[in-house]
Amino acid sequence: MFDYCVDPQSLDGFYWWSCYLTTVKHISFYKSFLVVFALLGVTVPLILIFGFMGAVARQSKLYPIRLFGITYTSIVRGVPDIIFFLFVPIALDQGIEYLRHKIKCPDWTDPIRQGNDFVVCQLAKMPMGSTEQWIHETYGFFLAALAFSIVFGAFAANTINGAINAIPRAQIETGVAYGMSRKQIFMRIQFPQMWAYALPGLSNLWMILIKATPLLFLLGVQDIVYWARELGGTKTARFTYPHEDWRLGYFIVLLVFYLLLSWLSEIFFNKLTLKVTKGQATLSGMNNKNSGKSSS
Amino acid sequence: MSCFQTLTDYGLRAIGLGVRGLPKADISLCDQIVLIGSGMIWNIYFAVIALFLGFFAATTIAFAKNSSVALFRIPSSIFIFLLRGSPLFIQFFIVYETFVLLPKVGIDLNLLIAEITIETRWLTRAWLGALIVLFLNTTAYSAQIFYGAIQSIPIGDIEAAQSLGLTDKQINKRIILPTMLRLSWSSYTNEAIFLFHATALVFFSSFPAWQQKGDSLYYASYFADKTFNPFVPYPIIAIFFIIFTLIIIYIFNSIDKRLNKHI
Repeated sequence: MFDYCVDPQSLDGFYWWSCYLTTVKHISFYKSFLVVFALLGVTVPLILIFGFMGAVARQSKLYPIRLFGITYTSIVRGVPDIIFFLFVPIALDQGIEYLRHKIKCPDWTDPIRQGNDFVVCQLAKMPMGSTEQWIHETYGFFLAALAFSIVFGAFAANTINGAINAIPRAQIETGVAYGMSRKQIFMRIQFPQMWAYALPGLSNLWMILIKATPLLFLLGVQDIVYWARELGGTKTARFTYPHEDWRLGYFIVLLVFYLLLSWLSEIFFNKLTLKVTKGQATLSGMNNKNSGKSSS
Repeated sequence: MSCFQTLTDYGLRAIGLGVRGLPKADISLCDQIVLIGSGMIWNIYFAVIALFLGFFAATTIAFAKNSSVALFRIPSSIFIFLLRGSPLFIQFFIVYETFVLLPKVGIDLNLLIAEITIETRWLTRAWLGALIVLFLNTTAYSAQIFYGAIQSIPIGDIEAAQSLGLTDKQINKRIILPTMLRLSWSSYTNEAIFLFHATALVFFSSFPAWQQKGDSLYYASYFADKTFNPFVPYPIIAIFFIIFTLIIIYIFNSIDKRLNKHI
């Protein structure tokens, strides 16, 4: 990085550290923190969509749809998330390749499962074998993000379902008395208000989601855990910057990162709660309304 | 090979008994069910001991956090913040790396009946090292749940006890502790389920599975790798987890009924 970094063996103290912490691999480590935020950015909208659809399915009047909603939410809750993270990407991968194989190579007669192998024709490979490495990595990342969204969507569905039910019955009856249709009642009364009721559950879910992000490592994504292990491992004298086993140090950096993230999220959600409960006839809503006027 | 044969060969494989080599070719459905089930022994072992010890530690820490003495309150708050604010996955790594760095020594512990040598290298083994992490983790989460429950005990209950002349110690034991458990039990049930699910991370992520003695997920991913077919081992392990989750819910609900008997 710096000019004086040409011969690291001759450096010590501050100069050694300034060179060590700016190697190409360290820059990749710093960039991998963005992977965490990318995952959060991709999954949060999907989680809300899945959660919302799951909750609507559970409220449905049609039995098959309701059954689907209930099965989805209860199976995901009954099984450790890590199992889904391992299962969903590989299952999706094989599912997509299987479908492409059926469409693109209709005259292929060999069975797809040959003993312990999963064989599809070259055209059906997803992404194509010839594509660049970064496309493979991005594809893997999105499969992982989808797995996260399916799991956390089920939790969100539960929360949103509870929130829809928590809206005072009298308000819905008022809507009926005004002659609103079921759809109107949902769009005008239930939908705008459910967020306030869902917020404690959703903020809790966000905290759990943050703490699930290092599991990306297990899915083969080069995230912060990957780089912490890579950089922290013992480097013998053959390396430019030899050092002992520093993994503990790198993991403590990750620990601090996650503590900060949790702490900042908590502050943010406390503010948001104040905002969405404004004017509601609940304890926090009332406190909020009075907070401007009285000093107590 | 009959399924019964498989059961005797691999039923206790996870704790090192039975046939040594894992099935490599011609993996049958029975092989998968038996080995994954065998791995569940570890999941149950971790969950039961961590939850049992964690319950008492969490109660103590919840009371400490509620204490007016800063010497108790501040360390317990920091403990809860550290363990609830960071991922369990990272905690496993940190603790494992710390234990690896510890000097390898044996400490003789002279019990009245027998002399046991406690060795620090046990800490790098999952049965003790991972158990400590899971114990600390569930302690922090449960302590926060219990603390929240203590905070929401109706103040009238405590005032009533005071006016009856109960001492602080009696109030803690007869009013706060039972009410705290009653109020927090449904959240605590959730925590128990989460902890049980968290046991799946032990062998898979940080603590090495020595001589291929692993938990259910260790074997499930082994089979998924070997057969390249995720559609068999993962549903099997999912069903195992659902069954045991239902058992946890049943046990905790029975306790809940007991706690609420008088209401």
